[in-house]
Amino acid sequence: MIPKTVKGPKEALEGVKDGMTLMLGGFGLCGIPENAIAELVRRGVKDLTCISNNAGVDDFGLGLLLQKHQIRKMISSYVGENDEFERQMLSGELEVELTPQGTLAEKCRAAQAGFPAFYTPAGYGTEVAEGKETREFNGKMYVLEYAYKADFSFVKAWKGDEAGNLIFKGTARNFNPCMCGAAGITVAEVEELLPAGSLDPNEIHIPGIFVQRIFQGEKYEKRIEQRTVRTREDAR
Amino acid sequence: MLDKNGIAKRIAKEVRDGYYVNLGIGIPTLVANFVRSDIHVEFQSENGVLGMGPFPFEGEEDADIINAGKQTITTLPGASFFDSALSFSMIRGKHVDLTILGAMEVAENGDIANWKIPGKMVKGMGGAMDLVASAENIIVAMMHTNKAGESKLLKRCTLPLTGVGCVKKIVTNLAVLEIVPKGFKLMERAPGISVEDIVKATEGNLIVEGEIPEMIL
Repeated sequence: MIPKTVKGPKEALEGVKDGMTLMLGGFGLCGIPENAIAELVRRGVKDLTCISNNAGVDDFGLGLLLQKHQIRKMISSYVGENDEFERQMLSGELEVELTPQGTLAEKCRAAQAGFPAFYTPAGYGTEVAEGKETREFNGKMYVLEYAYKADFSFVKAWKGDEAGNLIFKGTARNFNPCMCGAAGITVAEVEELLPAGSLDPNEIHIPGIFVQRIFQGEKYEKRIEQRTVRTREDAR
Repeated sequence: MLDKNGIAKRIAKEVRDGYYVNLGIGIPTLVANFVRSDIHVEFQSENGVLGMGPFPFEGEEDADIINAGKQTITTLPGASFFDSALSFSMIRGKHVDLTILGAMEVAENGDIANWKIPGKMVKGMGGAMDLVASAENIIVAMMHTNKAGESKLLKRCTLPLTGVGCVKKIVTNLAVLEIVPKGFKLMERAPGISVEDIVKATEGNLIVEGEIPEMIL
């Protein structure tokens, strides 16, 4: 067993500097690395490029970094639900690169898997493909997209062990597994950190080889963006 | 004329036994409420769930189980969770049988625009570009005209495109249409709507052949 445990977010984020490119897991506010984001805010690192499907909401998730003007460029597929984001984007303070969601996931996965680039049909014929190489395969047009290059990847899992093995829960999985091992250093935070041997090797979603540092988050707020429910009467 | 639920109800008739279906945000989400209960269908949400069920009962919401609209959901027996890359492998790899999504504009050549209004609204494309570029069976759910009464079924899209030549079928508050090489082929009329009403509301080339039946809902 190769130990990956670090004491907490402070140690986990050692080496994060101004101007770095970071990957952050999560879909909306579901499965975001809450403790790493809090530590990024505390450190006050600036001019960050953040690769994350969404940009949080005004007062939570990556919205906390936007509030402090720590992000220079955002690479996302969907950025609604955030007024401060919109203000910074329209005023030109924040650079935004919108990428189709499947392409964003695959650009992470390509980095993880050692592929420099790949062809996808997504975005062909749209402004997303402008200036990009295109090619025909079997009568259909595809766009060449490159793997991301990032310095740190911050992911959140449900359970993890000292060896860095991870298990995710529900749709909090989303981009997190794709970002493991896709950056120079992958930092995983988990709700429950267990001794090696506690997790069934059959059940592991991401093997520890993709993770350099792991810690147990102190607390998780897990804010819900759209609380939708039905009544028992509706169900009848 | 149909309301949003009416559009969803008509589209639900296109869902066949054994289909894996991806539903977009808005009217498409409502389709799940009208699918026949005697067929086997699984709903995929691109954030990483197959076998989506109804909204949870109050107090049973789980922040870790949401759909692509970030709404709390439940899962049904046979459901599975997966990461985003695998989710789009299902979509790009054509394993999803039917994609239902909304649009701001559709053109008579099958182009679709639904992600950006320059200078006004930039929320992003989410998974829409991947879905329309890959799916072979795409149904668009939309209002036939905008709030100003202008047609959203055009000769050419005016907004930035989401995908080119990909739409096959459109269900609006007025009609069911199919995209054919020469334009929008009128298939059905909404209850109480005449062919003339649809002609007036359609800017793109509308093909009307023979009697156009009223929709059966």
